[in-house]
Amino acid sequence: MKSLALHLAVIALLFALQFVLPPYHHTNIARVMVLAVFAMGYNIAFGYTGLLSLGHALFFGAGLYAAGLMANGGWTGLATLPAGLLAGGLVALAVGMLALRTAGVSFMIVTLMFAQAGYLTILYFGPVTGGDEGFVLPAAARNLAGFDLATETPRYTLGLALFAVALLANLALVRSPLGRVMVAMRENEERSRMLGYNPFTVKLTALVISGLYAGVAGAGYALMFGYVGASFAAIQYSILPMLWVLLGGAGTVLGPFIGALLMFYLIDLSSSVTTAHQMVVGVALLALVLFAPKGLLGTLRERGLKWLP
Amino acid sequence: MLVLSGVDGGYGHVQVLRGLSLEARAGEVTCVMGRNGAGKTTLLRAIMGQVRATAGSITLDGQAVHDLPAHEVPRAGIGYVPQGRRLFGPMTVAENIEVGLMTRGKGAATREHVLALFPRLRERLGQVSSTLSGGEQQMLAIARALCLEPKVLLLDEPTEGLQPSMIALIRETVTALKATGVATILVEQRVDAVLSVADRVAFVVGGTVAETLPAEELTADAPQFRQYVGV
Repeated sequence: MKSLALHLAVIALLFALQFVLPPYHHTNIARVMVLAVFAMGYNIAFGYTGLLSLGHALFFGAGLYAAGLMANGGWTGLATLPAGLLAGGLVALAVGMLALRTAGVSFMIVTLMFAQAGYLTILYFGPVTGGDEGFVLPAAARNLAGFDLATETPRYTLGLALFAVALLANLALVRSPLGRVMVAMRENEERSRMLGYNPFTVKLTALVISGLYAGVAGAGYALMFGYVGASFAAIQYSILPMLWVLLGGAGTVLGPFIGALLMFYLIDLSSSVTTAHQMVVGVALLALVLFAPKGLLGTLRERGLKWLP
Repeated sequence: MLVLSGVDGGYGHVQVLRGLSLEARAGEVTCVMGRNGAGKTTLLRAIMGQVRATAGSITLDGQAVHDLPAHEVPRAGIGYVPQGRRLFGPMTVAENIEVGLMTRGKGAATREHVLALFPRLRERLGQVSSTLSGGEQQMLAIARALCLEPKVLLLDEPTEGLQPSMIALIRETVTALKATGVATILVEQRVDAVLSVADRVAFVVGGTVAETLPAEELTADAPQFRQYVGV
């Protein structure tokens, strides 16, 4: 009950923030919310199931391009958003069927190879995908049930809606039997097998759910910001969700959001005072590894807030 | 109930089990004894499908289990408590039990039955399992295996490293399980523990059962213990 109240409070706070934030931060928070959905998906695979993937940019890119290409074909948000969700899930299913035959470092490398193959495919089919430059979505396609997503409030509202649904679904998932089995699998795969669980099925299910999150985040990002580009499918977008999750706390429901928010503003603020902002980020991550290796919420949970899911 | 017949098996090119035959009967405790490296744990792992039987057969109520994928063996009705307990450390006692219950869709009645066997666990349902004492962790490991309502329970040195009061409790539990019709295979090195619960004792030497005797024919100073176990 306490944890549900906390998560609802975070959603309520984000809802209220839109009325007081200046336009610049209004857009930033909308961006952070949709990226947090991506990070939550990564957390389901990595934080809860122990799947260290370097291929999530492919799932994000699948959602992004599914929505973007459909938008180019004249479809609106009501069709492109679910299409992005589905694309992320289907690509995760296909990758998982093959990559989950491996484990550990091999899994990391295989997922990275899939993501790079996806990235190069986008570049190769430049006439369709826009190649390196990408493409801008037509204004008419950035419409969701009559709301123009190019304007501030509908954009923020879509980001918040995606975030809220993803967060509460994540909370329900980790409290469900499947969530418990995912954690069991992360903790000891062999022991889980000895209790009758098929590791392949459990991990594939987690990866597909993770892909659905990444896909819908990609589609949401395309619609909210009106741009689709190959850089979103590059390796950087496989590493970023991992950093957000590690910073916020792997295996915590709110950790990915906290991590994405802090990292976003750390880069934003440090880049306004120095060109060496990557170094600032590096130092912050180093401090994290040294003083809070379980991430911010992971450390808080360890040090007293044991009820944090 | 569970019958192993001429089972070979091992790790890679290293053969550990050599034509091993053993039977576990309903409501009985079959103790397996032998020196280190004799193949006791490998025997349990072979039953669970973690070590492939390269020859021979393992059947449960006449159905072959040696060719099942490892995760299907528990569903067939075989519970396993490995050496060293291996709990899901960050999970609470209640969550560990829940994970055990879900495999075969068992519910509140099974949970109550298991907690009745281990009242101490009921008092610690919300406690993170890695913070339990060694004895309590062993209870939880056994409880979680019992959540499957197994026909056969495999216990690998459950009293190892426990204080006497906990050993007595584990012994009582194993004895209580006999009444429920569960066939237990207990790998154990302590002669007193074996003699207090066993119906039959199988001595394993070099990956095969050298001799099986009814427990009532054995005393603490029986020559078999010195010959096969070295105690």
